[in-house]
Amino acid sequence: LIPDVQELVDQSMPRERSTHRQVPEGYVYTQYHPMEEIYQWMTQIQKSNSELVTQHYLGKTIENRTMYYLQISQPSDKTKKIIWMDCGIHAREWISPAFCQWFVKEILQNYKSDPKISRFLQNLDLYVLPVLNIDGYIYSWEKDRLWRKNRSPHMNGTCYGTDLNRNFNSSWGSIGVSYNCSSEIFCGSGPESEPETRAVAEFIKRKKSDILCYLTIHSYGQYILTPYGSTTKPPSNSEELMHVAEKAAAALMGKYGTSYEVGSTSLILYSNSGSSRDWAHMIGIPFSYTFELRDNGTHGFVLPSDQIQPTCEETM
Amino acid sequence: DIDDVGHKYYLELVLEDVLDKDSTVNCTAEVLYHLGNKNIAPDVQFTIEGELKNADEADNIFYNRIKSLEKELVAENIPDSHGNVSPEMEPIRLLAWVASGYVIWQNSTENTKFQLAQIKHVKQVKRIDEYLEFDYVILLHEMVSQEIIPWQMTVLWHPQHGVQVTRDSRQPKHASE
Repeated sequence: LIPDVQELVDQSMPRERSTHRQVPEGYVYTQYHPMEEIYQWMTQIQKSNSELVTQHYLGKTIENRTMYYLQISQPSDKTKKIIWMDCGIHAREWISPAFCQWFVKEILQNYKSDPKISRFLQNLDLYVLPVLNIDGYIYSWEKDRLWRKNRSPHMNGTCYGTDLNRNFNSSWGSIGVSYNCSSEIFCGSGPESEPETRAVAEFIKRKKSDILCYLTIHSYGQYILTPYGSTTKPPSNSEELMHVAEKAAAALMGKYGTSYEVGSTSLILYSNSGSSRDWAHMIGIPFSYTFELRDNGTHGFVLPSDQIQPTCEETM
Repeated sequence: DIDDVGHKYYLELVLEDVLDKDSTVNCTAEVLYHLGNKNIAPDVQFTIEGELKNADEADNIFYNRIKSLEKELVAENIPDSHGNVSPEMEPIRLLAWVASGYVIWQNSTENTKFQLAQIKHVKQVKRIDEYLEFDYVILLHEMVSQEIIPWQMTVLWHPQHGVQVTRDSRQPKHASE
């Protein structure tokens, strides 16, 4: 199973473009899309790939919008291990949902022609949540491009938003957070206080014995981060986690020379508690990673759309 | 660690020309963060090994273009939400980048990591002397706190005299909705 996980994280995009019959005609993956269009895209993707893709209800956001994930699963009589990937936990990181969409498209376009991909799907199911923080994402399109948190109201509606990546039940509230609603790293009123967090956590808890790998996609910084953020004490399978991440970073660099730094959040970035990646590992999911995509700060959150393709290709 | 003074860092870095990735220059620097009073900017000494590329031609083109504008230049949201910057605004953005470097330096500690996130607003202020003056409101992203901090800066520039930030002040986050 380990080589499979390595390969999934390593794989680079095949060059041939097969027919785009399986993906929505005219959907432009090299541009950013508003939530309306992403909802439509999910419906379309399932319709045109119904032998492989099913759309599932995950939960509701604080503003009562529906959260869906896509399950990419080749029919088989054996139970397969699961790789979970979520994008868009932070509203302003637009390259992240763009990557999730790209990823799905790549798998669906190439699973018949690419032996690596078809081998995965024989042994693994892919679960992709293209936008976790839907309300925040919409807010960043309509009101404030640099919004980060969700849109939960606090203090009688005078202050909004919890940082969903500080809201998970992993040493919640202990370090690298604020208890003040006006902060960008406000951890919420308690662990899993936010419906978005609960929707993801409850699902993952239910399926945890089958989940091999938890991936959460962010920007920016160009890092592959391993647990933990809340402590410098290394996780039990630290060597293996690092080994796989290093192979992924090397493969990524091989594409366009982009360099990613690899390591535990608390050592190479900053301390934080309540992250989804830490939580996933703490409940027993062996491989848990945060990807911080391009760039290094030149454009930061406002990454030009002409970088969507190279970013996605190298990350693929 | 320098007792009673602060923390000194010795750096070897490579400077890369934003407009020509193959053009690099080695640099060594010493940065001293002062103990205690966080209101003092870190001391920076540096040596550049070699020369920076000459940008006189582009500088003069930009200078003359702005000087000959009938109405003062005004613009917002550079880059826009999709990361786009129009060619005419590119020098405005580069100027903001340089000037924000000064603001970042003046406000950095060992626990901050600032990046220019976006130019919210820029307005040219016409002058009778040879300098160009721009009044910017920029958004700085601070990595550790994840805050977006609006900052006003008044920037003076001339092709032969370089960049100066004559006034700058942190702005309050507008009352979030």
